[in-house]
Amino acid sequence: MALDYEECKQKVLDGIEKKSKSKSKFYFSDLAKMMDAKPREAKKIVTQMVEEGILVFWSSGSTSMYGLKGAGKQSAAEHED
Amino acid sequence: MAKHETPLLDQLESGPWPSFVSDMKQEAESRAKNANNINYQIPVDVVEDLLGVLELSYKDGETHWKHGGIVGVFGYGGGVIGRYCDQPENFPGVAHFHTLRVNQPSGKFYTTEYLKQLCDLWELRGSGITNMHGSTGDIIFLGTTTKQLEEIFFELTHNLKQDLGGSGSNLRTPADCIGSARCEYSCYDTQDLCNHLTQEYQDELHRPAFPYKFKFKFDGCPNCCVASIARADMSFIGTWKDDIRIDQESVKAYVAGELKPNAGAHSGRDWGKFDIQKEVIDLCPTKCMRYEDGKLEINNKECTRCMHCINVMPRALRPGKQTGCSILVGAKAPILDGAQMGSLLVPFVEVNKENDYQEIKDVIEAIWDWWMEEGKNRERLGELMKRQGFQKLLEVTGIDPVPQHVQEPRHNPYIFWKEEEVEGGWERDINEFRKHHLR
Ligand code: HEM
Ligand code: SF4
Ligand code: SF4
Repeated sequence: MALDYEECKQKVLDGIEKKSKSKSKFYFSDLAKMMDAKPREAKKIVTQMVEEGILVFWSSGSTSMYGLKGAGKQSAAEHED
Repeated sequence: MAKHETPLLDQLESGPWPSFVSDMKQEAESRAKNANNINYQIPVDVVEDLLGVLELSYKDGETHWKHGGIVGVFGYGGGVIGRYCDQPENFPGVAHFHTLRVNQPSGKFYTTEYLKQLCDLWELRGSGITNMHGSTGDIIFLGTTTKQLEEIFFELTHNLKQDLGGSGSNLRTPADCIGSARCEYSCYDTQDLCNHLTQEYQDELHRPAFPYKFKFKFDGCPNCCVASIARADMSFIGTWKDDIRIDQESVKAYVAGELKPNAGAHSGRDWGKFDIQKEVIDLCPTKCMRYEDGKLEINNKECTRCMHCINVMPRALRPGKQTGCSILVGAKAPILDGAQMGSLLVPFVEVNKENDYQEIKDVIEAIWDWWMEEGKNRERLGELMKRQGFQKLLEVTGIDPVPQHVQEPRHNPYIFWKEEEVEGGWERDINEFRKHHLR
């Protein structure tokens, strides 16, 4: 059964909000857990959230993470908002 | 006159080796001169500032680069690696110095025309410095600003018909050996399989959802020119099922010194007369060869396909005709946690273009399902295999254990059965039991 996008999106936003004091970047698996979904299903939701400009990728080069657009130090620090 | 004094770097130009410092100085000079009137889109002195910040790092004994970033092209979670300098005031040319990974053509075939186009693009919109190729296999474009990324991506995809490669927790740019295009040892068409899977798994390549990186590498034969066995999460290594083909006349010609062993590769000094016993038969790792009365015999059942005899006498010996590939899994070469070679999972599978390599994709997807569910963050497949066991891997891929999976005699004398493996299971009818066994 396909997951409901709006519902999952809200779960992710809530999940990120809850942790926002300590974290601005999340592993894919953290997001999947927030929406309580299998990886392949979760990926569709996350992809759509990126396409809508809600989430952005962060990468060290070897590891990828996700964050809310505009959140965290980096986007401000590099003057790239 | 150089923009920054670089005495420590200059020292690296001494000695007999080619030096990246000389290369960079040459590029710096060429940019300053700008003989072709290029309308540089990033600072003209980027290379000078790069030399400058590197010199400073040598002096300070610490790096002046920050780690990671959110830069990329829209919709792609990989291919661009954000690099920012922590001394932007002193070295404004490299304040942003992002790396792009560009998917190399399969087998790394280029026309000079195409190489020129790549270089032109990078002179215009980047530092002009490339790494052809990175250990990942990609074309590496070193250093550009955030603003240029989408422009470069547009030109790459529209004019150069090339895509960005993988980075981060993605499928990484698949890499292959030159394969049957040029190499007579090749047991399958590495370029076709590499290209096919690259196209098939675009989503995995560009949108990170794996626990960590994942690499495919394709070698046409066990010589492993792209070292897939040592560094790919899944290695596809060409092999054969039937017997090594022997041309006895040519064997004799090698023995008689008419043909040069190793195709003359070791001709730099005089190694003496070719000795087939010492140089081939005794070096066969499974001791399955014999040379008697002018005749070479191979006990093919014992041959491990190490390629040694074929490499030494390529005119006399060839891989068999029933070719395909072996699939090994779990290799990694990390700096911190120690390297690990691949383990044999599929001893032989036909590499079948006709059905779009379905057997191979089935294995790949079963492994991904398992690793995506069970893998911890930043855990490579090889580590998950160690943590949950090879038996678990066999279970999730639906592959039956075969002798080729056995690496060494077991050191645990117990056999643990699962209930479904035991006829009748664990449950018993206690009343039925008591009929025959008194308390
Ligand atoms: C002494 C310092 C450094 C060492 C020992 C080092 C080592 C390495 C190694 C072994 C690789 C893999 C090479 C390859 O894939 O071909 C690599 C890749 C990379 N390094 Fe470094 N590195 C150093 C400094 C830097 C600096 C200063 C930067 C950026 C300003 C940088 C950015 C990168 C990037 C973006 C990659 C991935 C590019 C690629 O795939 O080639 N590194 N580094
Ligand atoms: S791996 Fe084998 S087939 Fe591929 S180029 Fe090397 S020797 Fe040839
Ligand atoms: S390929 Fe290696 S194992 Fe096989 S016969 Fe030749 S030397 Fe022996």
